[in-house]
Amino acid sequence: MLSTPALVLAMMLFSLGLVGLLSRRNILYMLLSLEIMLNAASLAFIAGGARWGQVDGEIMFLFILTLAAAEVSVALGIVLQLSYRFHTLDVDAFSEMRG
Amino acid sequence: MQETDNEHVFEKGEMISLLWLIPALPLAGFLVLALFGGRFTRQQVAWVGCGSVGTAAFTTALVGREFFQGFPDRESYHQTLWNWIDTSGLTVGVSWYLDALSLLMVAVITGIGFLIHLYSAEYMAGDEGYARFFAYMNLFVAAMLTLVLADNLLLLYLGWEGVGLCSYLLIGFWYREPEYGTAAEKAFIVTRIGDTAFAIGLFILFTQLKSLSIQQVQSLATEEWPVGSNLATIVAVLFLIGAVGKSAQLPLQVWLPDAMAGPTPVSALIHAATMVTAGVYLIARMHHLFALAPLVQEVIAVIGLATLLLAATSALVQQDIKRVLAYSTMSQIGYMFLALGVGAWSAALFHFLTHSCFKALLFLAAGSVIKSLHHEQNIFRMGGLRRHLPWTFWTFLIGAAAMSGIPLITSGFYSKDWILWSVWSSPLSHRWIWYGALLGAMLTGLYSFRLIFRVFFGEVRTQPTGEPGLAMRVPLVVLAFLALTVGFLEMPHTLGNVTLFSQYLSHALPTMELLPGMDESSEAREQLAVTVSALLGIGLAAILFLPGSNFSGRGADLSTGRPLVTLLQSGWGFDRLYDRVCVRPWFLLTRNPGELLDRGYEWLTVGAESCHRWMSHTQTGHVRWYATTIVVGTLVLLGLFAM
Repeated sequence: MLSTPALVLAMMLFSLGLVGLLSRRNILYMLLSLEIMLNAASLAFIAGGARWGQVDGEIMFLFILTLAAAEVSVALGIVLQLSYRFHTLDVDAFSEMRG
Repeated sequence: MQETDNEHVFEKGEMISLLWLIPALPLAGFLVLALFGGRFTRQQVAWVGCGSVGTAAFTTALVGREFFQGFPDRESYHQTLWNWIDTSGLTVGVSWYLDALSLLMVAVITGIGFLIHLYSAEYMAGDEGYARFFAYMNLFVAAMLTLVLADNLLLLYLGWEGVGLCSYLLIGFWYREPEYGTAAEKAFIVTRIGDTAFAIGLFILFTQLKSLSIQQVQSLATEEWPVGSNLATIVAVLFLIGAVGKSAQLPLQVWLPDAMAGPTPVSALIHAATMVTAGVYLIARMHHLFALAPLVQEVIAVIGLATLLLAATSALVQQDIKRVLAYSTMSQIGYMFLALGVGAWSAALFHFLTHSCFKALLFLAAGSVIKSLHHEQNIFRMGGLRRHLPWTFWTFLIGAAAMSGIPLITSGFYSKDWILWSVWSSPLSHRWIWYGALLGAMLTGLYSFRLIFRVFFGEVRTQPTGEPGLAMRVPLVVLAFLALTVGFLEMPHTLGNVTLFSQYLSHALPTMELLPGMDESSEAREQLAVTVSALLGIGLAAILFLPGSNFSGRGADLSTGRPLVTLLQSGWGFDRLYDRVCVRPWFLLTRNPGELLDRGYEWLTVGAESCHRWMSHTQTGHVRWYATTIVVGTLVLLGLFAM
């Protein structure tokens, strides 16, 4: 079956994204990692949909696509603001809200 | 079942169906005055205030006339307006129940209430809170009518609380004086003790019998509870505590003397004629229930006797004219309780009727004295007013004569004699109770005429401004007429044998059984004793207090600071007792051990604060740290689920 390699790929992508999210300090790269994780999840849905012959997986993919687009537009706005204020993209510099 | 019976007798559109108007009119008066009273002129306020109660009295007359015509086929009339509460298992209607007992109460409340409103129109004329005063008074009348007309106990309780509220508002009417506010709070809190007990009684009745309708509850109770059963006794005791609080009887009597802080018409209406007799009404209304608890009935009689003696002795030495009258009210209500206790329901209600007339009269006449002396209330600064205020003097004299029970011509004689005769001849009574009540009759004459001699005889100590106007004089004269004549509704076998009143009330209340061997000769002997004791009291008052008599100087001594006199003046020291036993321990409890308790709670706050400080370290502000914790948390959760 095709779904097993697809799921393995999705898992690898997700792990890559997660590691990237946790290890990168540049906020743009963190966003990229997030996108990779989202796409990994979409791939898993597609694989599942293909495995059971249901359209649900593709519908979920469309949702995630929309969500990712919305998320990126908001996140890029925030990134712009952050670079205006702090003149850096280092995420560890943005720790104003510590307790 | 009752409703169908009624519909047989009453066609639609008859006068009796106007029953709902009787409480609605004063309520409307209150609403109008509360909403627009500020914009009215004084005359308009007086018209609305008196008019609403006056129309209610007129409606009562119409309803009552038709109700009388229905005897003896129909003894009660039932009117449901709407459902107030309707849930599963509990249906409470706003419904009125008219029978001989409630009609009597309604007649007194609206009739005497109207006279007192009329009087207040002039008495309060100079007061800035004119509209407020009449609004409260109208609200009071509406609440009181709800109380006596209610068909179920919940509606009765609504009226019960309503009159308590109005009593509070009117005692503290002159709210700029802090001590008046304290007196109002005292009245409210002390009666609240009784109200709470009453409410608990209601809960027990409802949980046990699944009904709140007064008639239904009593018939169910009679069926289900044997005489002297625990439940009946408990409920009767709780109701009795409620009645005792409202009617200022031992041991909840301490609020009434202080309640005299209110304007005098308020004392006349609320603290003499109507509200304080609500307890008497409650016991009479629930007489089937009390008949199931003979022990409690005996307690009622003893409470009545104790209160009447305590209050009468306290009234002897008071210096404030209104406090004398307040103690005398307690004493006379003590007589009513005594009568209820020995099962003489009609006698109690008859004394209620005569007492409402003569006590309202006494208060109104005292108000006239107080007004003409520029709010002087100390009887030792009064004197010689007989010539200056002849109207007030004669009406006050009639009131005092009725209260002390001068034989044959006054109403107080007939009602008090009936009570004493019942106490003498009832199987539920004891002889020593009768002797106590006889002593009380003597004391009544003594303190009533002490007032007369102090205030109206002797030399003038404060110069009066003159007689009151017409609006105050008319109620005085009407009430004086009533105080003399109401007694003729019921005269004993030995004198005329008129039984109009007892016949009338026999439609609602059971008549009392006499002990065997009670005949006319023993009744005549008993009456002679009552007469002699009343006259003895008056004679003693003349010897002690009439200026110019040998002892009048010594009589004045009665109010100097001897220990016994001080004790009596403070109403047997109950205030101090309650202060020591209840108030101070309570404050101690809230103050010192309260701080200990607080310390326990302080540990809680300290603990919470340190937890907070510790937890706030996790809030580093580093997004990657948050992301890591989320991942770790997810992994832990997944691991837990996988296991």
